[in-house]
Amino acid sequence: MNTLGDYLIVSGMLFTIGFAGVMLRRNIIIILMALELMLNAANLSLVAFSRFHVDPASGTPNYNAQVFVFFTITVAAAEVAVGLAIAVALYRARQTTHVEDISNLKF
Amino acid sequence: MSPFLFWFFALLMLVFGAGVIINRNPVASALNLVVSFLALAALFMSLDAYFIGIIQILVYAGAVMVLFLFIIMLLDLHAEGLRRINWIASAGGIVVALAFLIQIFSVVSRFKLARQNFPPLAGSTIDDVHNIGRLLFASYNLPFQIIGVVVLVATIGVVVLSTRELR
Repeated sequence: MNTLGDYLIVSGMLFTIGFAGVMLRRNIIIILMALELMLNAANLSLVAFSRFHVDPASGTPNYNAQVFVFFTITVAAAEVAVGLAIAVALYRARQTTHVEDISNLKF
Repeated sequence: MSPFLFWFFALLMLVFGAGVIINRNPVASALNLVVSFLALAALFMSLDAYFIGIIQILVYAGAVMVLFLFIIMLLDLHAEGLRRINWIASAGGIVVALAFLIQIFSVVSRFKLARQNFPPLAGSTIDDVHNIGRLLFASYNLPFQIIGVVVLVATIGVVVLSTRELR
């Protein structure tokens, strides 16, 4: 069995990949995908802590973290729907999905 | 789960996660993201979180990825041409990401609990759907209803955004 540290390192590396994607890529769709990677990295560390904190009385993982992951997944699904709708609206107005071409705050 | 399977799925997840941001073609990025999510679901199951693993496959690898592919198809995006790269901004992004990774490594290496193995569970089978459901509807009832409102608001927002014409 692996240690908690292995899961935390892997989670941190996945977060770094998502973070680098948000910093480096210029396509809105790819930036949204990188955001999903970052949210999933946070979910992985939450589930790892949930498994690590075994309740001594009942011998089950701490399910509070898993409920939190459930909420995170729901909010991420809502967020990606709204984000993609904004991307589609921008594409119809400007015919581009590059963030550098969309630098005006007000339309 | 054996350490070999853990490292196999972790490597799969990281390699395909890197593929998401390296590929120039958005469709290839989306398909890389599917594989990354499936490997992540396997990691969740290695942590005995079967419900979360299944939800991960259903919601992310199913619904969210279909949404991404559908939008890519709708916008008819092609592989990006080579644009002139802003080297200062790119180098800054890489430096910040690497600094973050180094911080994670140093924090985890000093965290004593991180070197312990996971404690064993009581039974060989765990009833995690039952337990999460009880917790969700008993202790987290109000947040659960608020999350329903959030999803409703997101749905209405998407409908409003897609019908109104931006000028």
